Amino acid sequence: MQNEFLFAGFGGQGVMFAGQLLAYAAMDAGLEVTWIPSYGPEMRGGTAHCIVVVSDKAIGSPIVRQPTIAIIFNNPSFIKYAPQVKSEGILIFNETLISARTDRSDITTLAVPATQMAEKLGNTRLTNVLLLGAALRAVPVIPVEAVRGALETHLPARHRDLLPLNLQALEAGVSYRMPTSVTP
Amino acid sequence: MSRTLLKGNVAIAEAAVRAGLQAYFGYPITPQTELLEYLASRMVELDRVFLQAESEVAAINMVYGAACSGVRAMTSSSSPGFSLMQEGLSYIAASDVPCVVVDVMRGGPGLGNIQPSQADYFQVTRSAGHGDYHPIVLAPASVQEAIDFTTLAFELAERYRHLVILAADGQIGQMMEPAELPPMQSARETRPEWALSGANGRKKNVITSLHMQPEDEEAFNQKIQRRLAKIRQVEQRSVEYWTNDAELLVIGYGTAGRIAYTAVERAREMGMKVGLLRPQTLWPFPEERISELADEIQSCLVVEMNAGQMIEDVRLATSGQVPIEFFGRMGGMIPMPDEILNAIEASYARITRPVAHHANGVRG
Repeated sequence: MQNEFLFAGFGGQGVMFAGQLLAYAAMDAGLEVTWIPSYGPEMRGGTAHCIVVVSDKAIGSPIVRQPTIAIIFNNPSFIKYAPQVKSEGILIFNETLISARTDRSDITTLAVPATQMAEKLGNTRLTNVLLLGAALRAVPVIPVEAVRGALETHLPARHRDLLPLNLQALEAGVSYRMPTSVTP
Repeated sequence: MSRTLLKGNVAIAEAAVRAGLQAYFGYPITPQTELLEYLASRMVELDRVFLQAESEVAAINMVYGAACSGVRAMTSSSSPGFSLMQEGLSYIAASDVPCVVVDVMRGGPGLGNIQPSQADYFQVTRSAGHGDYHPIVLAPASVQEAIDFTTLAFELAERYRHLVILAADGQIGQMMEPAELPPMQSARETRPEWALSGANGRKKNVITSLHMQPEDEEAFNQKIQRRLAKIRQVEQRSVEYWTNDAELLVIGYGTAGRIAYTAVERAREMGMKVGLLRPQTLWPFPEERISELADEIQSCLVVEMNAGQMIEDVRLATSGQVPIEFFGRMGGMIPMPDEILNAIEASYARITRPVAHHANGVRG
């Protein structure tokens, strides 16, 4: 079974790190995984994305045209990537910052007010981990425990003090009860 | 051994350290900069030499000098920077000193862009720089292979006293994958007997690329050619998937070969008899194995991230026995699995049937 995750948003929203957390957790759960960043002339405030392929067997192509799961952090990324999600795939998006909607009925669309929830927890930068939690609830390919472990091991030293908050954000994402198939 | 999630550039750097790299000289360029960045702290931590040169020209000449003194030396760059190194590479090859050079290829020609490419194929396989020689060229398709081939590069460089190029593409440099690192080798404490290590008490060693008498230069060229013949005989490397009953053989290396794997896997699911051969050495080219397969297949599809530079080598290896088709993307574009699959379907449909098929062509 192979799942392809696309994380996309503004540079600085933690898009790359969310993908890396998933990759670390997948590796720790004994799965095969690849993580590929966009590495064009992106900068803070520009758009950035990464693709994480998780599989129980050797991975050929680490890039995909149509990801099975898209986790979208901002409006420009929603407009760009919502049409690319694979049919019967899942689109999870940050409702707080995204006003765009899609009329696609062949995918499951899940809105999470992630930045708003992160703000309530005390820091909007928790948006990425919260959305990852929500994605893992929708697509339980790896145990949440593995992501918790990955956070404990790989949260950069300079953000160490934010570990408890990150764990809370992950939990909030996992336990968020999403209304399925949001209508425009 | 445990797996670590590593970025290709960092994996190559750490693998070089573990292979006993003693001196690194380089100049930053995307998409290989993390390699240099990582070594900037790692080499210093181990009390080894790290030096950011003023240019790629300087870096390769520093590598040349360090290698002449008998230490394990390496540099890394990406296409435009690699072009700047050509003169030094030729001097290194003409001096019989072992060196490892990493080229994390990007879109070209010219300054091009920073996206993954395989457009340096001719440049690395024909002769890096002027003169009559080939470097040994290794092409990794995963982070694990990037590690393994870095280790192998140092082994081959020293076994043959020859230049080895690790030809990765931007995607291998930038992607992260779980991989295992080899155990740490400590840096060598002695120098090889040929090295310029100070002639006090012994006959002096001379390392030069200058042979003013054409007779001497020809004799030196003959020596290089004997070495290359030996390398060509024993160092061809490739991996194969689904080749034992393949009618169509897809050939691709590095990232293109890896994406082709996904396309070939899907073609198999669709019932097409398609196989994949992924060259791991670009020089020596795995001509022996491809020549054997040419007796068993009906057609060939070359897949690359360039305009089709490997076609020449495939044509030589197959001696005109089968048609050779091509699918490629250029300029930093990466082929998608579905477009390779389309090319496979088209090539497969063009195979003329019925043809006497050598059904006993089991993979050796």
